[in-house]
Amino acid sequence: VNPQFRVGDAVRVDEREQGGHVRTPRYIRGKRGVVSEIRGPHPDPEKLGSGRLGVPFRMLYRVSFAQREVWPDYRGGPADRLFVDLYEHWLKEE
Amino acid sequence: MMEHHDHDHDHAHPGDHPQADPEVALLEQAVRELLIEKGIIEPEALQANIEAMEGRSAEKGAEIVARAWLEPEFKAQLLADGAGTMRKLGVDLRGPELHVVENTPRVHNMVVCTLCSCYPRYLLGIPPLWYKSFEYRSRAVREPRAVLAEFGMTLGANVEVRVHDSTADLRYLVLPMRPEGTENMSQAELAALVSRDALIGTAPARRP
Repeated sequence: VNPQFRVGDAVRVDEREQGGHVRTPRYIRGKRGVVSEIRGPHPDPEKLGSGRLGVPFRMLYRVSFAQREVWPDYRGGPADRLFVDLYEHWLKEE
Repeated sequence: MMEHHDHDHDHAHPGDHPQADPEVALLEQAVRELLIEKGIIEPEALQANIEAMEGRSAEKGAEIVARAWLEPEFKAQLLADGAGTMRKLGVDLRGPELHVVENTPRVHNMVVCTLCSCYPRYLLGIPPLWYKSFEYRSRAVREPRAVLAEFGMTLGANVEVRVHDSTADLRYLVLPMRPEGTENMSQAELAALVSRDALIGTAPARRP
């Protein structure tokens, strides 16, 4: 499985609503970030969470977000960042 | 002089709650009894597991940090491949991978799990109640500087605060900065300066 994104790529987290064992926190959906690291294929938690095998595996990324993009009223340094671990099927090319 | 005191349950933190939800406790009891009754788990094995989990403390994490302070090569390995370095040391990772993040004068890291309470238990022991609290989980990503200030850490505007939300298969360990005045200390002496909270990123390493 080849990763769809590369380090440095701008991505946006999908904003869909989805039930079940989803590991994409709501606060980060719809936000724009940058791929900071590719962590390789991992079992799909949404499948594991419902008692199935976690296949197909999903590419896992560390994605970095500028705090000011996540929270428009963020108070803190302009360089402050938030890193969230996200699976490929939740990311879209930006 | 101790500028920063340790935050090991010596006072209440935002969101500390004295006990688990009674409904959850009841559910746990029901499931546990069923599993034992049906012979799926042995009560002795369960007890041994609980004791092993409760017996674990942040000592292992502190030891690793002290060694990283003393051995640049080990530190480089740890930052490049946390899980691999742990395996070489014989630490049982039990699945999740480890990612070590380094604090510097310009970057401060802190760890949270907004979804539940993920945390490198095999290095830090059982997470403190505040780590699992709704308040910490929501505020750590929303206003990390305010949370850090409540823990006694006020960071300058020139410091970049990085919050790591462990939402998936990675567990984070913070490598705190080595305090001043520790040049001649041994690994064991250095490890004693590293609290669990320093490894979560809500406290600095103590000054000797």
